[in-house]
Amino acid sequence: MKPDDAIARYAVRLGDDALILGHRLSEWMSHAPFLEEDIALGNVALDFIGRARLFYQYAAQRIGGECTEDSLAYTRDVRDFSNLLLCELPRGDFAFTICRQFLYDAYSLPFTEALSQSVDPQLAAIGAKAVKESRYHFRRSRDWVLRLGDGTEESHQRCQRALDELWIYTGELFETDSLVQDLVARGIAVDAAAMASTWHETVAETLQEATLVVPAGEVNVIGGRSGIHTDDLGFLLAELQFMQRAYPGLQW
Amino acid sequence: MANQMQLYEVFVRSRRGLDHKHVGSLHADDPAQALEYARDVYTRRGEGVSIWVVASRDITASQESDCESFYDPLDDKPYRHAAMYDLPEGVDSL
Repeated sequence: MKPDDAIARYAVRLGDDALILGHRLSEWMSHAPFLEEDIALGNVALDFIGRARLFYQYAAQRIGGECTEDSLAYTRDVRDFSNLLLCELPRGDFAFTICRQFLYDAYSLPFTEALSQSVDPQLAAIGAKAVKESRYHFRRSRDWVLRLGDGTEESHQRCQRALDELWIYTGELFETDSLVQDLVARGIAVDAAAMASTWHETVAETLQEATLVVPAGEVNVIGGRSGIHTDDLGFLLAELQFMQRAYPGLQW
Repeated sequence: MANQMQLYEVFVRSRRGLDHKHVGSLHADDPAQALEYARDVYTRRGEGVSIWVVASRDITASQESDCESFYDPLDDKPYRHAAMYDLPEGVDSL
Protein backbone atom coordinates (compact mmCIF):
# COMPACT_ATOMS: atom_id res chain seq x y z
CA MET A 1 0.00 0.00 0.00
CA LYS A 2 1.58 3.21 -1.19
CA PRO A 3 -0.73 6.16 -0.73
CA ASP A 4 -0.48 8.89 -3.35
CA ASP A 5 -0.66 11.60 -0.74
CA ALA A 6 2.91 12.60 0.10
CA ILE A 7 2.10 13.84 3.59
CA ALA A 8 0.30 10.59 4.37
CA ARG A 9 3.31 8.58 3.23
CA TYR A 10 5.56 10.72 5.37
CA ALA A 11 3.28 10.30 8.38
CA VAL A 12 3.21 6.52 7.84
CA ARG A 13 7.04 6.49 7.84
CA LEU A 14 7.22 8.31 11.12
CA GLY A 15 4.45 6.12 12.51
CA ASP A 16 6.34 3.00 11.43
CA ASP A 17 9.51 4.18 13.20
CA ALA A 18 7.53 4.72 16.38
CA LEU A 19 5.50 1.49 16.22
CA ILE A 20 8.44 -0.80 15.49
CA LEU A 21 10.78 0.77 18.04
CA GLY A 22 7.96 0.83 20.60
CA HIS A 23 7.32 -2.85 19.98
CA ARG A 24 10.98 -3.72 20.42
CA LEU A 25 10.98 -1.87 23.74
CA SER A 26 7.79 -3.58 24.82
CA GLU A 27 9.53 -6.95 24.42
CA TRP A 28 11.38 -6.12 27.63
CA MET A 29 8.20 -6.21 29.70
CA SER A 30 8.80 -8.59 32.60
CA HIS A 31 12.33 -9.29 31.26
CA ALA A 32 14.09 -6.06 32.30
CA PRO A 33 17.03 -6.30 34.73
CA PHE A 34 14.93 -5.12 37.68
CA LEU A 35 11.43 -3.91 38.50
CA GLU A 36 11.98 -0.16 38.28
CA GLU A 37 13.67 -0.43 34.89
CA ASP A 38 10.90 -2.72 33.68
CA ILE A 39 8.33 -0.04 34.36
CA ALA A 40 10.52 2.72 32.96
CA LEU A 41 11.10 0.83 29.69
CA GLY A 42 7.38 0.15 29.48
CA ASN A 43 6.66 3.86 29.80
CA VAL A 44 9.02 4.66 26.95
CA ALA A 45 7.51 1.87 24.83
CA LEU A 46 4.05 3.31 25.41
CA ASP A 47 5.23 6.79 24.46
CA PHE A 48 6.30 5.40 21.09
CA ILE A 49 3.14 3.35 20.56
CA GLY A 50 1.13 6.48 21.35
CA ARG A 51 3.21 8.45 18.89
CA ALA A 52 2.63 5.79 16.22
CA ARG A 53 -1.13 6.08 16.75
CA LEU A 54 -1.06 9.84 16.20
CA PHE A 55 0.90 9.53 12.96
CA TYR A 56 -1.28 6.65 11.71
CA GLN A 57 -4.52 8.42 12.59
CA TYR A 58 -3.41 11.44 10.64
CA ALA A 59 -2.27 9.32 7.68
CA ALA A 60 -5.53 7.34 7.72
CA GLN A 61 -7.52 10.55 7.77
CA ARG A 62 -5.69 11.80 4.67
CA ILE A 63 -5.88 8.45 2.86
CA GLY A 64 -9.58 8.06 3.61
CA GLY A 65 -11.71 5.10 2.62
CA GLU A 66 -11.32 1.97 4.73
CA CYS A 67 -7.92 3.00 6.04
CA THR A 68 -7.60 3.27 9.83
CA GLU A 69 -4.73 3.40 12.30
CA ASP A 70 -5.35 -0.31 12.91
CA SER A 71 -5.26 -1.30 9.25
CA LEU A 72 -1.95 0.54 8.93
CA ALA A 73 -0.47 -1.22 11.95
CA TYR A 74 -1.94 -4.70 11.54
CA THR A 75 -2.63 -5.48 7.91
CA ARG A 76 0.42 -4.31 5.99
CA ASP A 77 3.23 -6.70 5.16
CA VAL A 78 6.97 -6.21 5.53
CA ARG A 79 7.50 -4.49 2.18
CA ASP A 80 4.92 -1.85 3.04
CA PHE A 81 6.64 -0.86 6.26
CA SER A 82 8.97 2.09 5.85
CA ASN A 83 10.65 2.33 9.25
CA LEU A 84 14.36 2.87 9.76
CA LEU A 85 16.30 -0.40 9.99
CA LEU A 86 17.77 0.79 13.29
CA CYS A 87 14.31 0.53 14.86
CA GLU A 88 13.65 -3.08 13.85
CA LEU A 89 16.90 -4.74 14.95
CA PRO A 90 16.26 -7.37 17.64
CA ARG A 91 16.46 -6.02 21.16
CA GLY A 92 19.71 -7.87 21.93
CA ASP A 93 21.01 -7.55 25.47
CA PHE A 94 20.26 -4.60 27.73
CA ALA A 95 23.35 -2.72 26.52
CA PHE A 96 22.21 -3.12 22.91
CA THR A 97 18.73 -1.83 23.69
CA ILE A 98 20.14 1.14 25.61
CA CYS A 99 22.71 2.03 22.94
CA ARG A 100 20.14 1.79 20.15
CA GLN A 101 17.79 3.93 22.20
CA PHE A 102 20.47 6.51 22.87
CA LEU A 103 21.41 6.77 19.19
CA TYR A 104 17.74 7.10 18.31
CA ASP A 105 16.84 9.55 21.09
CA ALA A 106 19.77 11.80 20.14
CA TYR A 107 18.13 11.89 16.71
CA SER A 108 14.52 12.00 17.81
CA LEU A 109 14.91 15.00 20.11
CA PRO A 110 16.07 17.50 17.44
CA PHE A 111 13.79 15.77 14.92
CA THR A 112 10.62 16.28 16.97
CA GLU A 113 11.72 19.83 17.82
CA ALA A 114 11.98 20.55 14.11
CA LEU A 115 8.72 18.74 13.34
CA SER A 116 6.91 20.99 15.82
CA GLN A 117 7.82 23.86 13.46
CA SER A 118 6.24 22.18 10.42
CA VAL A 119 3.80 24.29 8.41
CA ASP A 120 1.45 21.30 8.51
CA PRO A 121 -0.51 21.99 11.70
CA GLN A 122 -1.21 18.32 12.49
CA LEU A 123 2.43 17.22 12.12
CA ALA A 124 3.48 20.26 14.14
CA ALA A 125 1.07 19.30 16.93
CA ILE A 126 2.35 15.71 17.03
CA GLY A 127 5.92 17.04 17.08
CA ALA A 128 5.13 19.39 19.95
CA LYS A 129 3.72 16.53 22.01
CA ALA A 130 6.54 14.15 21.11
CA VAL A 131 9.35 16.55 21.88
CA LYS A 132 8.50 16.52 25.59
CA GLU A 133 8.68 12.74 25.64
CA SER A 134 11.90 12.70 23.64
CA ARG A 135 13.55 15.10 26.04
CA TYR A 136 12.97 12.61 28.86
CA HIS A 137 13.90 9.60 26.72
CA PHE A 138 17.19 11.22 25.81
CA ARG A 139 17.97 12.08 29.40
CA ARG A 140 17.30 8.49 30.41
CA SER A 141 19.20 6.71 27.64
CA ARG A 142 22.13 9.11 27.88
CA ASP A 143 22.28 8.50 31.60
CA TRP A 144 22.33 4.73 31.03
CA VAL A 145 25.07 4.97 28.38
CA LEU A 146 27.22 6.83 30.91
CA ARG A 147 26.50 4.23 33.59
CA LEU A 148 27.19 1.22 31.40
CA GLY A 149 30.08 2.67 29.41
CA ASP A 150 31.84 3.92 32.49
CA GLY A 151 30.63 1.01 34.62
CA THR A 152 32.16 -2.43 34.93
CA GLU A 153 34.48 -4.00 32.41
CA GLU A 154 31.67 -6.22 31.20
CA SER A 155 29.12 -3.43 30.81
CA HIS A 156 31.71 -1.35 28.96
CA GLN A 157 32.49 -4.19 26.55
CA ARG A 158 28.84 -4.96 25.91
CA CYS A 159 28.16 -1.30 25.18
CA GLN A 160 31.07 -0.96 22.82
CA ARG A 161 30.07 -4.15 21.00
CA ALA A 162 26.50 -2.87 20.67
CA LEU A 163 27.64 0.47 19.29
CA ASP A 164 29.94 -1.23 16.80
CA GLU A 165 27.03 -3.38 15.59
CA LEU A 166 24.57 -0.50 15.44
CA TRP A 167 26.80 2.03 13.79
CA ILE A 168 26.36 0.84 10.22
CA TYR A 169 22.63 1.58 10.45
CA THR A 170 23.00 5.19 11.59
CA GLY A 171 23.56 6.68 8.14
CA GLU A 172 19.96 5.91 7.28
CA LEU A 173 18.73 8.35 9.91
CA PHE A 174 19.86 11.22 7.71
CA GLU A 175 18.99 9.80 4.29
CA THR A 176 16.54 11.79 2.24
CA ASP A 177 14.70 10.71 -0.88
CA SER A 178 12.58 12.69 -3.31
CA LEU A 179 9.50 12.38 -1.09
CA VAL A 180 11.24 14.03 1.85
CA GLN A 181 13.08 16.59 -0.29
CA ASP A 182 9.81 17.75 -1.77
CA LEU A 183 8.15 18.01 1.66
CA VAL A 184 11.19 19.77 3.13
CA ALA A 185 11.02 22.34 0.34
CA ARG A 186 7.38 22.99 1.27
CA GLY A 187 8.26 23.40 4.95
CA ILE A 188 6.34 20.26 5.94
CA ALA A 189 8.98 17.61 6.60
CA VAL A 190 12.08 17.77 8.78
CA ASP A 191 15.37 18.20 6.95
CA ALA A 192 17.03 15.26 8.67
CA ALA A 193 20.18 15.52 6.56
CA ALA A 194 20.86 18.91 8.11
CA MET A 195 20.79 17.36 11.60
CA ALA A 196 23.63 14.92 10.98
CA SER A 197 26.53 16.99 12.28
CA THR A 198 24.71 18.04 15.45
CA TRP A 199 23.72 14.43 16.07
CA HIS A 200 27.29 13.33 15.59
CA GLU A 201 28.55 15.91 18.07
CA THR A 202 25.96 14.94 20.68
CA VAL A 203 26.75 11.25 20.33
CA ALA A 204 30.53 11.73 20.31
CA GLU A 205 30.37 13.93 23.41
CA THR A 206 28.37 11.39 25.40
CA LEU A 207 30.39 8.40 24.26
CA GLN A 208 33.61 10.14 25.19
CA GLU A 209 32.24 10.90 28.64
CA ALA A 210 31.21 7.24 28.90
CA THR A 211 34.79 6.17 27.97
CA LEU A 212 33.40 4.56 24.81
CA VAL A 213 34.84 4.89 21.33
CA VAL A 214 32.84 6.33 18.45
CA PRO A 215 32.82 3.54 15.86
CA ALA A 216 34.66 4.41 12.69
CA GLY A 217 33.08 1.99 10.22
CA GLU A 218 30.78 2.55 7.27
CA VAL A 219 27.25 3.83 7.86
CA ASN A 220 25.80 2.86 4.51
CA VAL A 221 23.14 0.23 5.20
CA ILE A 222 19.81 1.65 4.06
CA GLY A 223 16.56 0.29 2.70
CA GLY A 224 13.95 0.65 5.40
CA ARG A 225 12.32 3.72 3.84
CA SER A 226 11.75 1.83 0.59
CA GLY A 227 10.54 -1.37 2.25
CA ILE A 228 13.77 -3.37 2.06
CA HIS A 229 14.09 -4.78 5.57
CA THR A 230 16.06 -7.25 7.63
CA ASP A 231 14.57 -10.71 8.23
CA ASP A 232 13.88 -9.66 11.77
CA LEU A 233 11.02 -7.36 10.84
CA GLY A 234 9.02 -10.31 9.49
CA PHE A 235 9.24 -12.09 12.83
CA LEU A 236 8.35 -8.91 14.68
CA LEU A 237 5.26 -8.38 12.53
CA ALA A 238 4.26 -12.02 12.91
CA GLU A 239 3.95 -11.44 16.63
CA LEU A 240 2.59 -7.90 16.46
CA GLN A 241 -0.07 -8.72 13.87
CA PHE A 242 -0.99 -12.29 14.86
CA MET A 243 -4.35 -11.54 16.46
CA GLN A 244 -5.68 -9.37 13.65
CA ARG A 245 -4.40 -11.80 11.05
CA ALA A 246 -5.93 -14.86 12.71
CA TYR A 247 -9.14 -13.12 13.79
CA PRO A 248 -9.72 -10.21 11.39
CA GLY A 249 -11.62 -7.34 12.93
CA LEU A 250 -11.31 -8.77 16.43
CA GLN A 251 -12.06 -6.25 19.17
CA TRP A 252 -11.91 -6.32 22.94
CA MET B 1 22.37 -5.81 40.06
CA ALA B 2 19.43 -4.99 42.31
CA ASN B 3 21.48 -6.30 45.22
CA GLN B 4 24.02 -3.51 44.94
CA MET B 5 21.38 -0.83 44.69
CA GLN B 6 20.24 1.50 47.40
CA LEU B 7 16.72 1.87 48.71
CA TYR B 8 15.12 5.30 48.33
CA GLU B 9 11.92 6.70 49.80
CA VAL B 10 9.76 8.65 47.39
CA PHE B 11 7.71 11.74 48.25
CA VAL B 12 5.35 13.29 45.73
CA ARG B 13 3.61 16.66 45.81
CA SER B 14 0.34 16.17 44.01
CA ARG B 15 -0.54 19.83 43.53
CA ARG B 16 1.07 23.18 44.13
CA GLY B 17 0.40 24.33 47.66
CA LEU B 18 0.15 20.81 49.09
CA ASP B 19 2.84 18.97 51.02
CA HIS B 20 5.01 16.23 49.62
CA LYS B 21 3.55 12.89 50.72
CA HIS B 22 5.33 9.61 51.11
CA VAL B 23 4.16 7.29 48.33
CA GLY B 24 6.56 4.36 48.52
CA SER B 25 10.11 3.29 47.90
CA LEU B 26 12.29 1.99 45.09
CA HIS B 27 15.79 0.77 44.28
CA ALA B 28 18.27 2.87 42.35
CA ASP B 29 21.97 3.28 41.83
CA ASP B 30 22.17 6.91 42.94
CA PRO B 31 19.84 9.84 43.75
CA ALA B 32 19.63 11.04 40.15
CA GLN B 33 18.49 7.65 38.95
CA ALA B 34 16.12 7.34 41.89
CA LEU B 35 14.44 10.58 40.80
CA GLU B 36 13.94 9.26 37.26
CA TYR B 37 12.55 5.97 38.49
CA ALA B 38 10.29 7.81 40.91
CA ARG B 39 8.92 9.67 37.92
CA ASP B 40 8.44 6.42 36.01
CA VAL B 41 7.04 4.32 38.82
CA TYR B 42 4.99 6.76 40.92
CA THR B 43 3.76 9.51 38.59
CA ARG B 44 2.53 7.48 35.62
CA ARG B 45 -1.02 8.74 36.00
CA GLY B 46 -0.14 12.38 36.48
CA GLU B 47 -0.01 12.16 40.26
CA GLY B 48 2.60 14.82 40.85
CA VAL B 49 4.15 18.19 40.17
CA SER B 50 7.23 17.66 42.32
CA ILE B 51 9.20 14.68 43.60
CA TRP B 52 11.63 14.23 46.48
CA VAL B 53 13.73 11.13 46.88
CA VAL B 54 15.64 10.38 50.07
CA ALA B 55 18.01 7.51 50.70
CA SER B 56 16.17 5.29 53.17
CA ARG B 57 19.32 4.85 55.24
CA ASP B 58 19.41 8.62 55.84
CA ILE B 59 16.08 8.53 57.62
CA THR B 60 16.23 8.26 61.40
CA ALA B 61 13.03 6.63 62.54
CA SER B 62 11.46 6.18 65.96
CA GLN B 63 11.13 2.60 67.16
CA GLU B 64 8.18 0.64 68.47
CA SER B 65 10.02 0.44 71.79
CA ASP B 66 10.02 4.25 71.99
CA CYS B 67 6.23 4.43 72.09
CA GLU B 68 5.87 4.19 75.86
CA SER B 69 8.28 7.00 76.64
CA PHE B 70 7.45 9.11 73.60
CA TYR B 71 3.67 9.14 73.52
CA ASP B 72 2.11 7.81 76.71
CA PRO B 73 3.05 10.90 78.78
CA LEU B 74 0.83 12.99 76.47
CA ASP B 75 -2.33 11.07 77.31
CA ASP B 76 -3.14 13.15 80.43
CA LYS B 77 -2.54 16.62 78.95
CA PRO B 78 -5.85 17.46 77.29
CA TYR B 79 -5.16 21.19 77.81
CA ARG B 80 -2.74 21.00 74.90
CA HIS B 81 -5.67 20.53 72.54
CA ALA B 82 -7.54 23.58 71.37
CA ALA B 83 -10.81 21.70 71.89
CA MET B 84 -11.50 23.54 75.19
CA TYR B 85 -11.97 26.93 73.55
CA ASP B 86 -15.34 28.36 72.60
CA LEU B 87 -15.08 29.24 68.96
CA PRO B 88 -15.81 32.87 68.09
CA GLU B 89 -18.70 33.40 65.77
CA GLY B 90 -17.83 32.78 62.11
CA VAL B 91 -14.95 30.43 62.88
CA ASP B 92 -15.77 26.87 61.88
CA SER B 93 -12.66 25.14 63.05
CA LEU B 94 -9.49 25.95 64.88
